[in-house]
Parts: sequence; C-alpha cells; structure tokens
Amino acid sequence: MPHDSALATAVALILAGDPALLDIVALSLRVSLGAVLIAALLGLPLGAALALWRFPGRGALIVALNALMGLPPVVAGLSVYLLLSRAGPLGELGLLFTPTAMVVAQVMLVLPIIAALTRQQVEALHDEYREQLRSLGLSRPRMIPTLLWDARFGLITVILAGFGRASAEVGAVMIVGGNIDGVTRVMTTAIVLETSKGDLPLALGLGIVLLGLVALVNAGAHLIGEAARRRLG
Amino acid sequence: MNTMLQAPALTAVAPLALEAVDFVHRGQPLLSDVSLRLADCRRTLVLGPNGAGKSLLMRLAHGLLAPSQGRVHWEGAAPRQAMVFQHPVLLKRSALDNLLYALAVAGTPWRHRRPLARAALARFGLAALARRPARVLSGGEQQRLALARAWLLEPGMLFLDEPTSSLDPAAIKAVEAAVDDFHRRGTRILMSTHDLHQARRLADEVVFLCGGRLLEHAPAERFFTAPDTPEAAAFLRGELID
Repeated sequence: MPHDSALATAVALILAGDPALLDIVALSLRVSLGAVLIAALLGLPLGAALALWRFPGRGALIVALNALMGLPPVVAGLSVYLLLSRAGPLGELGLLFTPTAMVVAQVMLVLPIIAALTRQQVEALHDEYREQLRSLGLSRPRMIPTLLWDARFGLITVILAGFGRASAEVGAVMIVGGNIDGVTRVMTTAIVLETSKGDLPLALGLGIVLLGLVALVNAGAHLIGEAARRRLG
Repeated sequence: MNTMLQAPALTAVAPLALEAVDFVHRGQPLLSDVSLRLADCRRTLVLGPNGAGKSLLMRLAHGLLAPSQGRVHWEGAAPRQAMVFQHPVLLKRSALDNLLYALAVAGTPWRHRRPLARAALARFGLAALARRPARVLSGGEQQRLALARAWLLEPGMLFLDEPTSSLDPAAIKAVEAAVDDFHRRGTRILMSTHDLHQARRLADEVVFLCGGRLLEHAPAERFFTAPDTPEAAAFLRGELID
C-alpha cells in the first residue's frame, strides 16, 4: 500500500530529523518566504498607489496585473533564466542555479497577486475613508500607510495567497534553480525528481511534509487575524 | 468639564465666500448659482428638504469637492478646518490611537500628543473608553470621538453634516453641547440638519436650500418667524416640497 508506506515514510523522515530533508525544507521555506517578503514590500505599496492614483493607462495596468496572476511558473522561470543565463543581460552576476535566482523567479509570480489583490482591498477601503482622510489634510502618499494598516486583516489573506503560490510552484524554481542536491533542491523539485525515479513513498512523504508546512503557516496567520479581528471589531 | 484644553484665543477667522457656485454631476445640475458669504464666529445651520444639496454645499465649502463653475475662496488666510460626517469614519484602532493619529497628521510634536488626546477624551466623556477599538463603540460614542478629533485640530471653521441624524436623544444632546463648546472657543460653525427643533436651538443664522438653489440666508430669528420665500414657509410648516 503506497499510501501507508508514504505516511510511514513521512513520519519516519520527520522523526529521524534527516539532515538532508531538513536542508530541503529549510531552503524551501527560505526561498518562498523570502520571495513573499520581497513581493509584499513591493506589492503592498504598489497596489495601494494603484488604488489611489488615476493616470492614463491605469486600466491597462490593472488588467495586466490581473492577467499576471495567472502567469505560468515555467514562463516566469524561463524569463528569469534568460535574464540570468551567461549570455543574458544579468549573466555577469552569476546568479543562475542559486537560491537567489529562485527567489527572483518566485517574486515574479507572487508580486502580481499581492499587488492586484491589494489594489482591490485598498480601493474599497479608500471609498469609505476618502473624505475623512482628505478632511484631515492627508496627502495621497500619506494615505498609503494608513490604508494599508487599516486593511491589514484582508491583506493577511492576500499575502497568504502569495505564499500559497510560491510554495506550490515547481516550474520556476526547477528552471532557474536546477534542482541541485544540497544547493537548490526544494520540496517541490525533490518531489518531481523522486516521482520520476519511481520512489513514490519518498515523493509522497515529501508531499505530506509540504502540505503540513503550508497548513501550519496558514493556521498561524488565520489565528493571528481572527484574534485581531475580534479585538478591533 | 476639564479645562486643560483651553485653547489660545483664536484670531479672527477669515470670511469664506462661495461665488456663483454650480455643481454638475453626470450632466445633472445639483447646485446652481449658489453665492454665500460666511463671516465671524457664527453658527450657520443649513436647512432644506432631502436632495436640496445640503451635503454638497458643505463639501464644496470644506474643499472636498471642487465646483463645476464659480469659486470658493477664503478672504484672507485659510484657517484650520475640520468636518464631522453623518457616519463618523474612524480608523481601525483604539479610540486614543484615533486621536493620536489626527494629531500626528496635524504635525503636533510627539510629546504633546498623548496629554492632548487624553484631555480631549475626558472632555467628551470618553476617558474610560480610551483603549477600546473605535469601531466597536456605539453610534453616539463614535460621533463624540469624531468631535474630539475635530476639537484637537482647533479648527477656525467646523463643518458638521447631519451629525445627529442617526443618534438617540442623549447622544444628540452631547453633540449639541459640543457644538456650543466649539462656538464658545471661537470656531465658526456650518452645520446641516433635517431637524428643525435642533436648528432653532443652535442657529445664529440659517441657509435654506431647495432644489439645488440657495433661497435664503437670514438671521435665525427672521427665518423662523418670517421667511422670505414661500418654499421656506412651506418647509417650516412641515409640508412636503419638491
């Protein structure tokens, strides 16, 4: 029964604290959380600015961002690959097949999600706050942190959506990371490798660990969000 | 009531003039040819049937909206202004933090903010609620917090757009007392209401709007006893006019 042995393998892997597994888990978290952090630092203010300013081409930009939410990971990976490959414009940095390249590729995937969904959330809040904030004399740049802070409960979900995208994708990190053992191997690429080698229990075991981690991160964020919501109404 | 917040005597507030103001929205003229001059430290009540343009007039005067035609300008230096809305917009943080925020935006030095905010909470009877999230306060408490926030800004002119229309009598009384406090401190008041009794209690003068036109701008005494226009007379008798 592959399921039983998969579960047993997963439990055994975790209990044994297998250093190779821990490395893979740690790198997975580092890459995905790093990408989400960078994408949030860029995407939250970008989305808020897009909600507040009217300019020619704004509609096209919003449509483009929404479309990029569905950017196939392999395409993002390929673009970053072309940028970073030896012959590419940033080839001299020597970043291809490093975790940094993987973070860059995942930022490309997560940034549109965070920016587009933040735009929606902040725009709705701004409709409610606009007159009061203008009456208080706030300039638009000054409104950005205020609106982001007051939209914080909804934005937790936005960032989680971004984290879900980063932790689930395999195409981009595979292309720009190369799945090098001990250097750029993360959970999703390891699962692909083990599956193709026919080691289904290990692949499933890794899958269960990944699922557990994602569930843990989401549960934590949910609890924080709910507690804050109850307290602040 | 506490006296920590005795404001420095406000210098005379420049008159505010609206000159032949039109406001058109999607081809619909909502205000037409409104001219109005507000001077001194009077309490001016804006009256009129629903849809007369009362809220619009307040927003144009406050500068939240720009007129389609005509102009709104201060005859001198623009004073600090504040506005209290029908539905108070409070930030998702504690009552105290809402006030600290307003002070920060106004540029009050950091070390003065907390004592000022505490004193304002006490003045408006909210001291016990300082740490409560503003959004879970009752309607009356929220409106008092909005007034406390306006109070901290020491406005030369205060706009209130139907501030009591969804409040119970006790809360209405608190708002009216606050309006008097502002007035005593030297703040010019422009307030809209659909409550004629309230207007009689508060008004020094009345602006009467009907169908997007300013029909009367008169001392309260004269407006309530001998209105110039048949529309105002009908409105005062409680008749439905359009």
